[in-house]
Amino acid sequence: MSTGTVRTPDLAAPVPRPARTPRAVPRWVWALPPVAGLALAFLYPLVLVVQQSFTPDTGGHDLSAYREVFASTGFREALWTTVWIAVGSTVGCLVLGFALALVIAFVPFPGGKALSRFIDIFLAFPSFLITLALLFVYGTVGMANGLWTDATGAAGGPVDFLHTPWGVLLAEITYFTPFVMRPLLAAFSQVDTAQIEVASSLGAKAPRIVRQVILPEALPSLAAGGSLVLVMCLNEFGIVLFTGAKDVTTLPMLVYSKAILESDYTGACVVAVVNIALSVALYGLYRAVVARTAAGGRRAGA
Amino acid sequence: MSTEPGGPEAVPTSRAVRSGIRFDHVSVTYGDLTVLDALDLTVEPGEVLALLGPSGSGKTTALRAVAGFVRPSGGRVLIGGQDVTDLPPHRRGIGMVVQQYALFPHLRVDQNVAFGLKAQRTPRAAIPGRVAEALEMTGMAGYARRYPRELSGGQQQRVAIARALAIRPGVLLLDEPLSALDAQLRSGMLAELARLHRELPDVSILYVTHDQIEALTLADRIAVMDKARLQDCGTPQDLYRRPRTEFTASFVGSANLLPVRVAGEGALHFGDAVVRAAELPKGAVEGAEATMCVRPHALRLAAAGAAGGAANSLRGTVTGVQWRGSTHRLLVDAGGHEIRADVGDLRQPPAVGATVTLAFDPEDTVLLPAGVGTERPLLERV
Repeated sequence: MSTGTVRTPDLAAPVPRPARTPRAVPRWVWALPPVAGLALAFLYPLVLVVQQSFTPDTGGHDLSAYREVFASTGFREALWTTVWIAVGSTVGCLVLGFALALVIAFVPFPGGKALSRFIDIFLAFPSFLITLALLFVYGTVGMANGLWTDATGAAGGPVDFLHTPWGVLLAEITYFTPFVMRPLLAAFSQVDTAQIEVASSLGAKAPRIVRQVILPEALPSLAAGGSLVLVMCLNEFGIVLFTGAKDVTTLPMLVYSKAILESDYTGACVVAVVNIALSVALYGLYRAVVARTAAGGRRAGA
Repeated sequence: MSTEPGGPEAVPTSRAVRSGIRFDHVSVTYGDLTVLDALDLTVEPGEVLALLGPSGSGKTTALRAVAGFVRPSGGRVLIGGQDVTDLPPHRRGIGMVVQQYALFPHLRVDQNVAFGLKAQRTPRAAIPGRVAEALEMTGMAGYARRYPRELSGGQQQRVAIARALAIRPGVLLLDEPLSALDAQLRSGMLAELARLHRELPDVSILYVTHDQIEALTLADRIAVMDKARLQDCGTPQDLYRRPRTEFTASFVGSANLLPVRVAGEGALHFGDAVVRAAELPKGAVEGAEATMCVRPHALRLAAAGAAGGAANSLRGTVTGVQWRGSTHRLLVDAGGHEIRADVGDLRQPPAVGATVTLAFDPEDTVLLPAGVGTERPLLERV
């Protein structure tokens, strides 16, 4: 600025590139350590599992373990149980989570904020703890049956479902619903209250406002929460174990029993591979369905 | 938006019920905080009433009380003579347009406009016609298949107005509807709103704004609010020319408020200077304090001692000069009071520190009792 002259840039001249420092490290080199770390920590053990699933006890590599596992009734039942409990729990969590989040977000009541914070804490609880708590309430000698026997003098109570698939379903819905609520509450806090008020002034009652104003805005969060819960339910182990449901065998339970109780590592690895494939496939299907239904909402999301 | 004057066939809401609004001693409080204090106000059927005031004056609260989003802690709200105080918003039959449009982002323009019709269970066959009619009125017929995000701010606001009009409301609530638009668009939309009102003579409009130009341009009457209370109410001309409170005088047209003291023989003292008002209330007591309101544009620069005729003149020191294109705004310190004067674009504006003489005619002044929003009688010695 001391010269007082102004240099006009020569527009025709090529813009000089900033000089490269010699022997600059190529960018991909920086990506190597994290990728290598990831491969070592996550992918290599997975590869070992997959490899083991193709390696029968007799040696060599073939599909005999798969044929054997697929042929067993126990596996097919476990597959079906896993899928229906996971899908059922996800649907239950979505419905219950949406309803509860709606109330917390839009119906002011004392303690609403505290409840919202409690949900954050709830997410940190281990899943078996919830199952244990449910045992106290609905177990064979739990509170519900206790009340019944006290009132009627009967020897036992009528509540006896916790060790059935329905017990697992209830426990999973109880435990995983907050996982749907958390993103939903965040989404609801972003909903423009003016839209709700205008809708109301135009004559819309609460159900229509929920359906046509709030739900479309919350769909991405609902989708995120739902996919998370679906994958977690497919792989849930602690809840199934703690309900003590002997007849309820899911894929993770099957892996456990094959590997630990039967020492059939190859069989366990086959089931584990199927479990992974199932998780990825169902997750993909879920995202595709959500993408299709939410297309309108996303198109409009400015 | 179409610019042809609306023919009789372009008046869809003429079938709307004629219904005015009445605030009957309406108060709204949050704990100890009173945000609306015993408001008594009537919007006649077909009238445009502007609620004008600064932020926190209670004007939006008043509008929200009509819409049903705020429950009055006292008083009643009547629409079309019916007490709606306990009625939920969806049963009040009002159209509402807000500052940020609040269009439903996932619905197309036509679906947005149809929303209210569906909510009110309008026969399915009648909906497309009503939607087209409302979009036609607001000049948005060509945008029916677009999504809100594909529209400009002005277009979104037109859709919001069409959405409110589609349900043929008897009462239309406009809450700062132009505040989000830039100055040029705003003036265009003002003209469009005026045209819409001509086409919908039966619709009562409550127009909340902090912008005096919008209020003066559009309203049949203006209600000036401040500190949760109604300060003044009258026609725009009335409020501008004959404000009844200091707040109205300064908020509408930003008048200079000069503290004066009644002297003998119709004269007033402003510091050491003697000035005259157009009219002094009969029997004004000598020594009574009052406030003289003079609009900035009523002041002109005069050569020293040459104010001319019966004009008042004040000498002062220039403390600031702002060029505003067509005018210069001079800030002049006269007797310890800052006076704002808008004088024609000067070739040689006075320099800061120069001594100038400001002249104004007694006819351009209004005399008020001293004190903001005061009801103290001018005739009493204070």
